[in-house]
Amino acid sequence: MNRILPILSVVTAIIAFWYAAVVPMNIHGVLDQAERDGVVVVPGTAKARRDFASLGLVMLNPGQAAKSWMQERPRLPAPHQVAIELWQTTVEKKVTSKRSLVFHAWVTLSATLLGFAIGTGLGVLLAVGIVHNKAMDMSVMPWAIASQTIPILAIAPMVIVVLNSIGIQGLVPKAIISAYLSFFPVVVGMVAGLRSPDAMQLDLLKTYHASRAATFWKLRLPASMPYLFTSLKVGIAASLVGAIVGELPTGAVRGLGARLLTGSYYGQTVQIWSALMMAAICAAVLVGLIGLAQRLILQRMGMTGR
Amino acid sequence: MVTGKMMQGGAVIEACGLNLTFQTNDGPVHALRDVSLQIGKGEFVSFIGPSGCGKTTFLRVIAGLEQASGGEISVNGMTPDQARQARAYGYVFQAAGLYPWRTIAGNVRLPLEIMGFSKAEMADRVARVLELVDLAGFEKKFPWQLSGGMQQRASIARALAFDADILLMDEPFGALDEIVRDHLNEQLLELWKRTEKTIGFVTHSIPEAVYLSTKIVVMSPRPGRITDVIDSPLPRDRPLDIRDTPEFLEVAHRVREGLRAGHAYDG
Repeated sequence: MNRILPILSVVTAIIAFWYAAVVPMNIHGVLDQAERDGVVVVPGTAKARRDFASLGLVMLNPGQAAKSWMQERPRLPAPHQVAIELWQTTVEKKVTSKRSLVFHAWVTLSATLLGFAIGTGLGVLLAVGIVHNKAMDMSVMPWAIASQTIPILAIAPMVIVVLNSIGIQGLVPKAIISAYLSFFPVVVGMVAGLRSPDAMQLDLLKTYHASRAATFWKLRLPASMPYLFTSLKVGIAASLVGAIVGELPTGAVRGLGARLLTGSYYGQTVQIWSALMMAAICAAVLVGLIGLAQRLILQRMGMTGR
Repeated sequence: MVTGKMMQGGAVIEACGLNLTFQTNDGPVHALRDVSLQIGKGEFVSFIGPSGCGKTTFLRVIAGLEQASGGEISVNGMTPDQARQARAYGYVFQAAGLYPWRTIAGNVRLPLEIMGFSKAEMADRVARVLELVDLAGFEKKFPWQLSGGMQQRASIARALAFDADILLMDEPFGALDEIVRDHLNEQLLELWKRTEKTIGFVTHSIPEAVYLSTKIVVMSPRPGRITDVIDSPLPRDRPLDIRDTPEFLEVAHRVREGLRAGHAYDG
């Protein structure tokens, strides 16, 4: 209970700030419309208003402010407009409809999950190699870091084009872009996790004359679990970003990225914001699910702080 | 009456002119210089001295966890590394180091799994050693459910599980309070009598060393070396109140003298 109050107050503050920001953001459009409707506004012409600061216009025309929250095509939509759009495109549409946000979210989610699986698998394999092989330790990490310094927006079109030329389209290219982003936190976390057993633990296994395989399965892997789950939380969020970015350069017609793209083509800011909200909701649910798995598994393993 | 040297057969551990130098940023550190010692089968040998005297290092050299830079050492007639590979000893560290994700039985089973014992054999041995350290009935508990003393007993059971002849213990009770420590000392003597193992025991407690040992090795630092080797005149049967007898106090006095001499040398 005592966590709900702070959360609610932060949410309230954000929404209040949002509503306040909507007014100056949309005031130019509101005044243009009012002028066409014959209402007297100050200054009187669109040309004169263009050079005016938004806040100044709000001060001069306080009566018009409320209209900025219910524009047809606002520059910044008000929270309730986004909420209504979200409701209409999720609950009131059949999920098979091309206008359903659930449908688009699922398209993106399937690429996210596949990409996350590939990225996690690759990340774990690389980490195992780095921990067990001196050459890989020296060579792989710099490349992994370099890979993350290249903007994903630059890589994504090339991945799509290259894969398309060998006949791979649709889900897989998006998943690969998504994996490209999500393998990195898994590598970093798993390397730290696999190296987390201290010298004493390793000495103990040495006194048993344990093989490297036994050391890995009995000690390193179980000890790395808390690190793995922390990385997975970062990785799944990165996967979602990757899948959305992967939808942008293809001119895809399905998926949250496609919704963002068409929204910006047609100036449909409400659509953009509702797609963003949907992406945020998906990310929250995914991270939450991993957090749940983390709690259950680590508790079973007796590794939660007691 | 069994007192003094307990050589039944030859020496199990034999060190001769052992040297070990660590290279550090501040120049070489002589962890061990010219250390010679013989440990017979079934002896309980304590290594005592201030920190930096090389007592832990010596134990680690015996265990093959550290390589000597000079001199000779043999364990069961082999090099320490061969002895380690032959699984000749169980090692108990200062921290119990139990795996939190394994039950107590699972932790004791760990070396047995690694060494490839059969399932029935494992169950048998786990039950036997847990009974030996008085932890029968705690098989299914997790380490966090046990006190520090019980965890350390579980780690001793783990070291005993594969029936090595030699038990090496590096300040196993150092992190425990005195009451628990007394109790564990008594139990350890009992266990030693029942299993007839050769035990190497590092400590910096004089009463603990005198109470437990048939042989006390006094060491001093910079460079790490042996200043005195005392064969205890105390009988094998040692109730806790033996610590108030004149014989006990006399040995303790000699240990203290040895430690002081080491310090005087140090300057």
